[in-house]
Amino acid sequence: MDAHTSNIESIDITKIREEFPILLRKISGQPIAYFDNAATSQKPLSVINAISEYYETINSNVHRGIHTLSEEATEAYENSREKVRRFINAQSSGEIVFTKGTTDGINLVASSFGTNVVGEGDEVIISEMEHHSNLVPWQNLCESRRAKLKYIPVNDKGELMMDEFRTMINEKTKLISVVYVSNSLGTVNPISEIIEIAHSFNIPVLVDAAQAAPHMKIDVSTLDCDFLAFSGHKMYGPTGIGILYGKEKHLESMPPYQFGGEMIKSVTYDNTVFNVLPYKFEAGTPNIAGAIVLGTAVDFMERLGHENIHNREMELLAHANKLFSEIGDIRIIGTAENKTSLISFIINGIHPYDTGSILDNFGIAVRTGFHCTQPLIEQRFKLPGTVRASFAFYNTFEEIDRLAAGIRKVKSMLL
Amino acid sequence: MTETKTIRQKEDQITDDFSLFDDWMSKYEYIIELGKKLPLIDETYRNESYEVKGCQSKVWLNAELKDGLLYYKADSDAVITKGIISLLIEVLSGNKPEDILNADMDFINKIGLKEHLSPNRANGLNAMINKMKNFALKYSGENVN
Repeated sequence: MDAHTSNIESIDITKIREEFPILLRKISGQPIAYFDNAATSQKPLSVINAISEYYETINSNVHRGIHTLSEEATEAYENSREKVRRFINAQSSGEIVFTKGTTDGINLVASSFGTNVVGEGDEVIISEMEHHSNLVPWQNLCESRRAKLKYIPVNDKGELMMDEFRTMINEKTKLISVVYVSNSLGTVNPISEIIEIAHSFNIPVLVDAAQAAPHMKIDVSTLDCDFLAFSGHKMYGPTGIGILYGKEKHLESMPPYQFGGEMIKSVTYDNTVFNVLPYKFEAGTPNIAGAIVLGTAVDFMERLGHENIHNREMELLAHANKLFSEIGDIRIIGTAENKTSLISFIINGIHPYDTGSILDNFGIAVRTGFHCTQPLIEQRFKLPGTVRASFAFYNTFEEIDRLAAGIRKVKSMLL
Repeated sequence: MTETKTIRQKEDQITDDFSLFDDWMSKYEYIIELGKKLPLIDETYRNESYEVKGCQSKVWLNAELKDGLLYYKADSDAVITKGIISLLIEVLSGNKPEDILNADMDFINKIGLKEHLSPNRANGLNAMINKMKNFALKYSGENVN
């Protein structure tokens, strides 16, 4: 059986691309080849339409009105939370906190849980491949608590060095926060193993799942992670909405992160009784439209199927790897065994900025620079940046052919 | 003699040169050639205090006043960036600080460079021009004194 063909048929690419109007745009006179999916994915019509539908039909504030619109908005908002709970297989919807995005979720844990459990002389472990959003909050926490931040080292292939990790844990380790999938290398980390090791020492683990959510099935019950954060906009949903999953026992023990409306049960001039989970962590009027439409994005991904998405993206990655290997003078940064559909590379002797600038004129959208992992690129890999092409299922083999041709042209212009 | 040309004349010259190119690719190739030719800045200036903030590639810029005229030297780790600075230097270098401060740098729009720069990269371009003008501002004060 030709797996290549059968997988393409399982998602009708031509048809599914019609659901993404932006893919019809032309850049510099050429059809856009969008390879910046790791930064943000494009949105299908179902998601785009659901945003206006919300404002056209049920817009009102949630949880407080007794009128019909408010009840309908509240119902849609809570239905979406339930969809997300199912999507990541959490135990209860009280464990699903709507946030602004992954960064917001991690900051919430660092501020609230972190301040609770990390004291002077304690240690927090993250890895060398963290996005700034899973690095700076911990740097800040450790600085203010006079604690130590330790980094799991990364090998030359861009994989976590697990033997080193095992030796880093000690009685002072209070928290481990690790990225599921690296946004700049594509590495899929052995997150179950990390959690298992951490738990054998009774240490809680936060998983940054921003890059995992668009590509793979996340199951927080099987993973047994203590916290997990991801963003809507990388998984075909709107910007400004994300999810923080936290085990109920942790969320219960944590102080609120922000204070105001929504997160209270009762207020007197003397004191306040905080609301129950998850509302304790949702101060102020939430991003109602975003939260509801995140549910639409979940529906979209489930309609496609995680396996279909995965298979398609692995075919695109294989195709790109094959073409890249034929070009020459290309160094791929991140050659882990287990990767998502992303290639970070440099053309030897050419600055990533030059490559990106020229590719843009061919209508090819790639990312250049540090990808918000400056220490990894600059200190660990000693590079001025990389060019990153990140593929989504809706990308085509022809677009990747254009990328390869574009790279050849860059070489001929600059070398 | 380039020394006798005013900033405006130099801008017009570059605009004329670029009008000969009929597509962006030839413009880029020309900018890349300029970038490859740009004299390197002295190694001592390749540090943070001479760095232009706001560029994705690293850019170092220094200016020196000689006989009332300001001369720039720059370098970058990216070739296209170097080519663009090279154009800026061609226009501004060797002029009085006051004239540099008054330059509108309109040629950048005329040669169609900005339309091929993303907002991020246009920010970098603006940062370079600002840094060059800041040098002029600093020295125009000294000149008056």
